[in-house]
Amino acid sequence: MAPLEVEVQHKRELTNKDEATIPARTYLPHTDIYETDDALMVLMEMPGVGKDHTDITVEDGVLSVSGRLVFSKYEKLHPVYTEYNIGLYRRSFSLSPSAVDEHKITAEMKDGVLTLTLPKAEKAKPRKIALS
Amino acid sequence: MAMGSPDAFDALLRFQRALDQQLNSDWLEGVTTGSGAFPPINIFQQGSDFVALVEIPGVGKDDLNLEVRGNTLRISGNKMVDYGGKASMHRRERVAGRFDRTISLPVQLDPDRITAECRDGVLALSLPRAEADMPKSIKISG
Repeated sequence: MAPLEVEVQHKRELTNKDEATIPARTYLPHTDIYETDDALMVLMEMPGVGKDHTDITVEDGVLSVSGRLVFSKYEKLHPVYTEYNIGLYRRSFSLSPSAVDEHKITAEMKDGVLTLTLPKAEKAKPRKIALS
Repeated sequence: MAMGSPDAFDALLRFQRALDQQLNSDWLEGVTTGSGAFPPINIFQQGSDFVALVEIPGVGKDDLNLEVRGNTLRISGNKMVDYGGKASMHRRERVAGRFDRTISLPVQLDPDRITAECRDGVLALSLPRAEADMPKSIKISG
């Protein structure tokens, strides 16, 4: 298979947000969403964010994810050449209330990628129709 | 570059602005493969040494190769995104594929003391300056 030339994606800034008490730019993590027979899978890229700095909530049918960065490790560093910016991450998605079982959502964080498994509610699973 | 106390309430915002100012700065003297190449790299100075931070979410150290020769760094690997055969995509924003990027730094490095750590999708390279390249202060007589 021919190797793909991976291109850099620049971070999209979240501009339409409530003002936080601490002024800082917030970015939208790049997200893939796909569906299998049993679940909706949401994968979000938040490099530099560990699982202890991730908040995931589901409220009123809205899934919200936020990632904080550990700014102290940048304390003694002076930028001389940069290609990307850093910041907080935040993104929300509305969930169709009958499609997902909100109480069974699980999350895993590895190498800066958050994987959320949203199991489908029983009635949302595809039902095969038998041909007689 | 004055950054103020790290506890200042807008320290992060000021740092973000400082990163903006160094966007594609002349420091690399155009010897890199071009800033569009993956992965994006930020280079910082820490005292007299340098630190490079590379964002590679989803890439673990087993999918990554690092080489150094003189003052040239080569970062290559494979960013894999695999959802299995039965997935139906709703949204696709992540990129995937092989990457191979070489950059030459305008300072002499000490290759034996370079350390690399890959955590949470960020590769942190500590690049100590070669002894021969350290600035030396000159005593003024008279």
